[in-house]
Amino acid sequence: MPENEILLEVKNLKMWFPIAQGIVFQRHIGDIKAVDGLNFFIRRGETLGLVGESGCGKTTTGRSILQLYRPTAGDVYFEGQNLCKLKGEPLRRMRRKMQMIFQDPYASLNPRMTVGHIVGEPLEVHNILKGKDLRDRVMDLLEVVGLNRYFVNRYPHEFSGGQRQRIGVARALAVQPDFIVCDEPVSALDVSIQAQVVNLLEELQDKFGLTYLFIAHDLSVVKHISDRVAVMYLGKIVELTTREELYENPLHPYTQALLSAVPIPDPVVEAKRRRIILTGDVPSPANPPKGCHFHTRCGVMVAGECDVIEPEFRNVGKEHWVACHRVK
Amino acid sequence: MAKLLEVKGLKTQFFTQDGVVTAVGGISYDLNEGETLGVVGESGCGKSVSVLSVMRLIPVPPGRIVAGEAWFQGRDLLTMDQEEIRSVRGNKIAMIFQDPMTSLNPVLTINRQVSEALELHLDMDKKQARKRSIELLDLLGIPEAADRIDDYPHQFSGGMRQRVMIAMAMSCNPQLLIADEPTTALDVTIQAQIIDLVTRLKEEMGTAVIWITHDMGVIAGLAERVNVMYAGYIVESADVKELYADPRHPYTLGLLRSLPRLDAERREKLTPIEGLPPDLIDMPPGCPFAPRCDYAIERCLVENPKLETVARRHTAACWVDVTGGKR
Repeated sequence: MPENEILLEVKNLKMWFPIAQGIVFQRHIGDIKAVDGLNFFIRRGETLGLVGESGCGKTTTGRSILQLYRPTAGDVYFEGQNLCKLKGEPLRRMRRKMQMIFQDPYASLNPRMTVGHIVGEPLEVHNILKGKDLRDRVMDLLEVVGLNRYFVNRYPHEFSGGQRQRIGVARALAVQPDFIVCDEPVSALDVSIQAQVVNLLEELQDKFGLTYLFIAHDLSVVKHISDRVAVMYLGKIVELTTREELYENPLHPYTQALLSAVPIPDPVVEAKRRRIILTGDVPSPANPPKGCHFHTRCGVMVAGECDVIEPEFRNVGKEHWVACHRVK
Repeated sequence: MAKLLEVKGLKTQFFTQDGVVTAVGGISYDLNEGETLGVVGESGCGKSVSVLSVMRLIPVPPGRIVAGEAWFQGRDLLTMDQEEIRSVRGNKIAMIFQDPMTSLNPVLTINRQVSEALELHLDMDKKQARKRSIELLDLLGIPEAADRIDDYPHQFSGGMRQRVMIAMAMSCNPQLLIADEPTTALDVTIQAQIIDLVTRLKEEMGTAVIWITHDMGVIAGLAERVNVMYAGYIVESADVKELYADPRHPYTLGLLRSLPRLDAERREKLTPIEGLPPDLIDMPPGCPFAPRCDYAIERCLVENPKLETVARRHTAACWVDVTGGKR
């Protein structure tokens, strides 16, 4: 496996959802700009963390990369092929290489299917295995994710949240993908169970050389699992760098506020910390502010620049991209 | 400092078709005036039910408070009749709930909902109540409160709705504020706003706070004392600094080890607590944590330990001394 090989490259990705009005004739009156021009890449074998608050477009990013939504504009290159240009059978074949783990382990498993069926379905759909081979492979997969191989005939309701999330992981692994989008895989779990699933994901990455896009709103978990981290705000990436650099030297005012808001489980540290309290709420993505999207809540905003000109997402040093006028 | 609330041997059960669920298995704790008590534990450990029982908000049936006392200002909340408890609830003890989306009534204006407690408990007329409501919303940092007071909950964002909930809770200057996971549904930056707000209000008004959460991080920055709950029991109770510096129950220890920390130096492997929390219907006879515990000895499987003092103002329910050696 060559070092630094770029597995996935996203160029100017946009995903807008139309807002329509009218009962009989639907008029197009605007767009929700859920994802509005993203540029980044993921190297083979690395984990890119994607953090941001609810509604900032993290999940939409993951889904439009996998072409679960067809992006409004932009390109997604996976192993050199542009997924946005693929259709039908060629796209379906590419899907074998990219899988997804969903947030809600209660909603993402069909309650009427057995575990064997759920985990085996991708293998059937892609015509990889049949009959006894399929069953054996499913049982092996269950073991890989730390479940008993004889659970194949059980139904999802017989399992706890953490176990269900393991079933979701087994399903994603079934087709031996290179790339997995993990969409808030531990957010719905209790802390003691969360650590079990995080450890499992790390073990599987080492074992199968997987590449992850790890979407989460919990910065502590993202810091733990990621090699590099991208911070999103209102449809745009505002900062992207290695995890050490991000946590030691955050440049964007939003990243700084976000990091300061994360509680640390240590009362001695907490007593000494200074918190940057952001005022107000995240504006609507249907009508984002002009210029820098963050200027309405920013403490270092300069009128006439930040509220007029959109900052460029630029490289300010070794592997450190940031979109802010105030960063020199 | 005077004791504000004293809970003794509280036990709450739910009588369901599948069997009797012991949600709270007999817990005792107390709270001083103006103190902040954090209650931590995972889902289903009984942290919400323990305070809902004190507020007498348990649905009966299927629930029932089978034993215990809860002394508040010299009176037992658990033996009060409906009328008496209603005069306490929302007046002397107020509550903020987890989900600001569902705990406001969607068909009533914000004015109607905030004014209600003022009219009921403080005998204000509509005009006075409205004026006070606007002041309260203003105080809680809702912009243009005078205009927005006639809005409906759906016109507010999650953080703003939680502010409205806090305004309702603080409207009668309660002596005790119970916050049941008030920031769990919110983003971290909004969570920081709410914590900052409650801390400020608490200092200004001298309100005691019980803050329920599953987040050990939130508790660290907020509480003075902490109760750790597991499967319906308080397993450890201590001052906040003591608890984090010197945890004495294997469950507390496990929780702290399984958390990824933002200020951790290197990427260390997390140490999860293996296994699952027990089914509250078929509770094993011994310590409820024993099946998942690294320190478990034979005695743990047959006899449930009681809370015992292990240090000054520090109690833990464990047969084993986790700092080394046997007790």
